Amino acid sequence: MRELSDFDEMYQEVIIDHYKNPRNKAKLTSFTNETLSHNPFCGDEIELQLFIEDGVISNVSVDGRGCAISQSSGSLLSETILGKTIDQAKIDNNSMRSLLKDEDLDDKHLDSLADSTMIEGVKKFPVRIKCALLSWSALSDILNNY
Amino acid sequence: MINTEKIRKDFPILSEKVNGNDLVYLDNAATSHKPKEVINSLVEYYEKYNSNVHRGVHTLSIKATDEFEKARKSVQKFINAKNSNEIIFTRNASESLNLIAYSWGKENIKSGDEIFITPFEHHSNIVPWQMLCKENEAILRYFPIDNNGDIDIDKFSKEISNKTKMVSITHMSNVLGTVLPIDKIIELAKKYNATTVVDACQSVPHMPVDVQKIDSDFLCFSGHKMLGPTGIGVLHGKEDILNNMSPFLYGGDMISSVTYEDSKWNDLPYKFEAGTPNIADSIGLGVACEYLSNVGMDNIWEHEMELGQYAVDQISKLENFQILGNKSKELRGGVVSFIHDSIHPHDIGSLLDGFGIAIRTGHHCAMPLVRSYGVVAASRASFYLYNKKEEIDKLIDGLKKVEEFFK
Repeated sequence: MRELSDFDEMYQEVIIDHYKNPRNKAKLTSFTNETLSHNPFCGDEIELQLFIEDGVISNVSVDGRGCAISQSSGSLLSETILGKTIDQAKIDNNSMRSLLKDEDLDDKHLDSLADSTMIEGVKKFPVRIKCALLSWSALSDILNNY
Repeated sequence: MINTEKIRKDFPILSEKVNGNDLVYLDNAATSHKPKEVINSLVEYYEKYNSNVHRGVHTLSIKATDEFEKARKSVQKFINAKNSNEIIFTRNASESLNLIAYSWGKENIKSGDEIFITPFEHHSNIVPWQMLCKENEAILRYFPIDNNGDIDIDKFSKEISNKTKMVSITHMSNVLGTVLPIDKIIELAKKYNATTVVDACQSVPHMPVDVQKIDSDFLCFSGHKMLGPTGIGVLHGKEDILNNMSPFLYGGDMISSVTYEDSKWNDLPYKFEAGTPNIADSIGLGVACEYLSNVGMDNIWEHEMELGQYAVDQISKLENFQILGNKSKELRGGVVSFIHDSIHPHDIGSLLDGFGIAIRTGHHCAMPLVRSYGVVAASRASFYLYNKKEEIDKLIDGLKKVEEFFK
């Protein structure tokens, strides 16, 4: 059984802040990769643009529409992966999935995820995990080509 | 008037706590709860006379067959069908609609024929016809809509023609709560000899429905939305039409004789009930019909219209919420869908769940309709005989708290 505090944990202040003030939302004028990820069950959408140069994500844009979880997760992702190498972004992507599966993660991996770990509260709400992973699935779409 | 407090005592689940709060269940259009009588009837079947039907000479089999057929008669009486052999047990309304599409549709819908459905349909009353039209090269058309978002009967009367072979309509929208003018639509369809289908999933559980008065050729509904168990649905069809149709599924119980070379079909309704049927849940559905009749369908409908109107009035008072569909009382049952200016339905649903309030969020299995309002998802509160105004007050309180949360 869930407690009311679980809901506060899902909708933390950081999450609400990123939902209301999404970071890196502006579309890029030049980018190397672009993808659209959507959840057919709720219609939520995430549009991800990356500028990848010498194996490094040097610019990122996350735009979309949907619930607070999917949209804040996208905003947090943009901050997490900006400036990262492709390899590190792939590691972050795996870490994120482990985090939401409640698997153990060491400090190194958690530190690399930075504020994206704040979305962890959704793991008590299995139906919302898809929302949290929408932007990360978009990232997989792009990184799978590398 | 119905005695809600007395009725609530018949539903064990209503005393459950959800996330530490009293359960406020406002998702009845998705599925309803079950009274003790229905639950007990399932236990009684399995504990006292579990047996197969229509094939044994032993005591338990005879008792099981009697109870199973008694359930069919309860359903017949509940919708005032002419004969009990017009009641076909299926898994749910989706299967009933598929049965019509596969069995009647494939043989009768020809290239160039037209099927009319409304823009209000649940996916289950869209997809079978889309597939049938693709396969038989027929044309799927949608009813015209007037400026209020209601069916435009005058315009439809000009669009229907001798090419129209079938008209399939919902009796009440599961998203908007709107009751459709099915009498006028069926009258028009008959002028052109079009076969009529009514998706009665949201009407049979909530209002008096008389299939002889409606005069539909087919009418479908699901048991679990009307206090019955899951896994049991009904197809009502007129006897002469059913008699002229080929079976949908082949196997045991649906044959009268089988040789190594050929088979002869059993009489109605068994021709359409291949294999061992869902005996327990059919019996449970029969008990649900008796329960609803004892409360009185007129009383239930009146109660739900009142709740629906109260919810519309209260939600309308909230500044940033908008109600989907027609707001007038005459046309609306106990279903209210709404959207917020900025807060997503899933966030509303999750937070309300924290207060023990269960509503539906999403596209309600009616994607094209929800999209026509310019959104991809909405929140929906839907009521039943055991709901009370205090629960709508709790919903309104919850919605205010959700807004506060996102301020």
